[in-house]
Amino acid sequence: MAAYILRRVLWGLVLLVLVSALTFVVFYVLPSADPAQLRAGRSASPETLAQIRESLGLNESLPSQFWTFLTSLMLHADLGYSYFSGASVGSLLIDRLPATLALTLGALVLWLLVAVPVGVLAAVRRGTWVDKLTTGGAVLGISMPVYWLGLVALYLFSDDIGLIPLLPGAGAYVPLTEDPGAWFAALVLPWLVLASTFTAVYARLLRGNMIEVLSEDYVRTARAKGLSERRVVLRHGLRAAATPLVTLAGLDVGLLLGGAVLVETVFNIPGIGSLSYDAIVNADYPVIQGTVLLAACFVIVANIVVDILYAYLDPRVREA
Amino acid sequence: MTALAAVERLEKRYPLTRGVVLRRRLGEVSAVDDVSLAVEEGESLGIVGESGSGKTTLARILINLVEPTSGVVRYRGEDVTHARGAALRALRRERQMVFQDPADSLNPRRTVGAAIAEPFAIHGLLPERSTRARRVAELLEQVGLEPAHANRYPHELSGGMRQRVGIARAIALGPRLLVADEPVSALDVSIQAQILTLLRDLRRDLSLTLVLIAHDLAVVRHMCERVAVMRAGRLVELATAEELYRAPREAYTRELLAAVPRIPAFEGAAPGGRQSSPDSSSSSSSST
Amino acid sequence: MSDAEAVLRVEDLRVAFDTRDGLLQAVDGVSFAVARGRTLGIVGESGSGKTVAATTAMGLVRGARVRTSGRVLLDGEDLLGASPERLRALRGATIAMVFQDPLSALHPLLRVGAQIEEAVRAHRDVGRAAARARTLELLEHVAIPDARRRRDAYPHELSGGMRQRAMIAMALANEPRVLIADEPTTALDVTVQAQILALLRRLRDELGMAMVLITHDLGVVAETADEVAVMYAGRIVEQAPAAELFAAPQHPYTWGLLRSTPRLEAAVGADLVAIPGRPPSLLQPPSGCRFHPRCPYVRERHREVDPALEPLAAGPDHRVACLLPEAERQALWARLAAGATPEQARAAAAGGSEEAAR
Repeated sequence: MAAYILRRVLWGLVLLVLVSALTFVVFYVLPSADPAQLRAGRSASPETLAQIRESLGLNESLPSQFWTFLTSLMLHADLGYSYFSGASVGSLLIDRLPATLALTLGALVLWLLVAVPVGVLAAVRRGTWVDKLTTGGAVLGISMPVYWLGLVALYLFSDDIGLIPLLPGAGAYVPLTEDPGAWFAALVLPWLVLASTFTAVYARLLRGNMIEVLSEDYVRTARAKGLSERRVVLRHGLRAAATPLVTLAGLDVGLLLGGAVLVETVFNIPGIGSLSYDAIVNADYPVIQGTVLLAACFVIVANIVVDILYAYLDPRVREA
Repeated sequence: MTALAAVERLEKRYPLTRGVVLRRRLGEVSAVDDVSLAVEEGESLGIVGESGSGKTTLARILINLVEPTSGVVRYRGEDVTHARGAALRALRRERQMVFQDPADSLNPRRTVGAAIAEPFAIHGLLPERSTRARRVAELLEQVGLEPAHANRYPHELSGGMRQRVGIARAIALGPRLLVADEPVSALDVSIQAQILTLLRDLRRDLSLTLVLIAHDLAVVRHMCERVAVMRAGRLVELATAEELYRAPREAYTRELLAAVPRIPAFEGAAPGGRQSSPDSSSSSSSST
Repeated sequence: MSDAEAVLRVEDLRVAFDTRDGLLQAVDGVSFAVARGRTLGIVGESGSGKTVAATTAMGLVRGARVRTSGRVLLDGEDLLGASPERLRALRGATIAMVFQDPLSALHPLLRVGAQIEEAVRAHRDVGRAAARARTLELLEHVAIPDARRRRDAYPHELSGGMRQRAMIAMALANEPRVLIADEPTTALDVTVQAQILALLRRLRDELGMAMVLITHDLGVVAETADEVAVMYAGRIVEQAPAAELFAAPQHPYTWGLLRSTPRLEAAVGADLVAIPGRPPSLLQPPSGCRFHPRCPYVRERHREVDPALEPLAAGPDHRVACLLPEAERQALWARLAAGATPEQARAAAAGGSEEAAR
């Protein structure tokens, strides 16, 4: 197992370097405009431009530029400086990360807590009204666009514009450390909205897997041993059916950590997603580059974690 | 006489690796370990062994489906170990294989007729549709099916019928050597006899040389004149069926034979004397 | 067999499945009994109903689309009428089953030892440590080498033979009175098969279990079973003590099976006589005698009348479901055993009615 993990981590590092190289090409080599100009923002003084040129080493050869880029990235975690916002990209990202983390992880907990029982129940009570209800709900959940759902939720429940003032509206986010109660309240609607699609997808997926697994020979053996139905369904059935879901969840979390742009924008949550959105709108090059790198990093890490998790859950994979 | 097909000092080794990215070699596993064997023209040779014995690998190397790590594969005396291209294609016409599970080796999306006709297309034979269709119908009848079956899909047929289709496809090009890899293992007992009898009859009618791979010693005894016993990649014993089953030399062969559960004898007649139909292969006992 | 002797008694078991294409009668009136320390071998091909009969006896066949009737008496208690809780208490404790392919019958993600412990703790109030000790004991009892280490192995890490031993250990965890083994050796090499069969025989004797061995292999049945039931199209067509079944079989299907199975004792190059046709559809079984479309000795009457399983004149232990007169059957078999083909045997039998009378 340890060897397996080590291999995955090493491979992940290789990928990170590759992604950095690709980012470099996309953001440094490909653009036809002056790289310094792009980074300086709209209104920049010649001194700023010269400063940028110097720090990026734009006067040197491409390979050495890449080397500068790579070393400052890997060794100093220096992602550049946003002249538009007046702060280093790194600090901006760190600033925004907690909100995205809170949003993502909260939604994850919510969608798993709902999807798993629903999926299992639908499979066990296949064909009954429970099954049909959940399938219908799943279709609904998948069909509703997240930003639309967010707006609808605000129009219905937010205390500033909603019909039934229940929860704080957009822009009410406060950091956890400041006011846990308000922090929580502000995240309820975003969590529900973000979780909705995933709940639907996961419930359906689990239902399908469970139905398949429950017809497997080893489930028949479990029953033949005289185990309680509950144990058969959960310890034997769910255990086998949930493995693909775990890996999928890992990947989804990886993607979301790069920024749940739509939800963050609708609810005005200061996370990575809204940061990227703002940066794009304002053509804040360094920040765009930074968020891209960060998102890629999260995805790579998520893949590694998922691989390791899968090997832990399914011992048959470990030999490979 | 020159053997029809032969292998000399054949080796097939597979590397044992760990890891997907950095493949560390732990060692090797020998699927076939220094095997030399000749298949005489017109004979029926059985290769028996348990799982992991290498019998299937050996058979596949014999007809160039797998390349050996070292050693020589011969056909009609010539070294064909690394045959390629047109030469290999020509060889394919002469050497064919019947697989264990026809459900796996028949394309589920094509009709049975299309599957049987495919060899012709591949080798550029019988370009006219009518001639080809007629030949397919002939082949179907030869294997005990109806010409109408040509329009059926594999899943519409029973296991035994699918296996007949597999055989029809194998004999379509008129091969000289037919290798059957566990042709009846996946079939019901009452169907096994049908398929075995079919193989026997076809061998006689088409003058085929048959190499039969099986784990079932009784099946091999019934079908083959000579038997090779394999274990862990090595050829343990090679003898005529009569000798092998009556007086096996090797301890492993004896172990295998002892392990086969016996149906109590019921035949009243003396061994070798049957009152069955005259066209049975009673001639086989003299052609060893 | 009297009630007192039979541990497992199945009476007129019928199992039908409500499918899209109609009612599929998988088991159509099967009755048998097994006593302590005895083995009943059930022989049949795919579609004969043997596995469905066994799994129904275990109470594993349920669902909205299943219709069951008849009785399955375990020590006198009817399992078919039992509540789910009662069934669960009995399964794995009093009646246990070993399945065909241990690689798919064992949970791939749980350690073998854990799966056996589960079986123990499902029926006994013991702690984990005690269960683990018992697991080790069981694994050693089924002769798994290095049992302590193998206990924590996953199924795919063991060889086929060891997996099957582990399955057997799991089934015997609570010393059941009845063990049903469904094709326990079909997926195994022949040398391993011999070991597993020997193991089953030993355990049966040690624990005094009643064993039901389901297989398609006549050789296995000949060596391991005391009594044999031959199933075809959902019914038992012949039932007899093993020795007698092989010495004097009475049903054309049994003859067909015997004459079509290659045997080591037969002369080299001896002919196999195949049974023509294929097993029938259970959705629309043939009229009259179910075997008649494939029977070389069929008469007009056989297409209309469905024979019942009836004892022979010689003794009640041997029963056959065939409309041919007993004397004629004996004559036919005598010829078949001597090497005649069905056509020859039939011609000879028809040619001399005085022979049939003899």
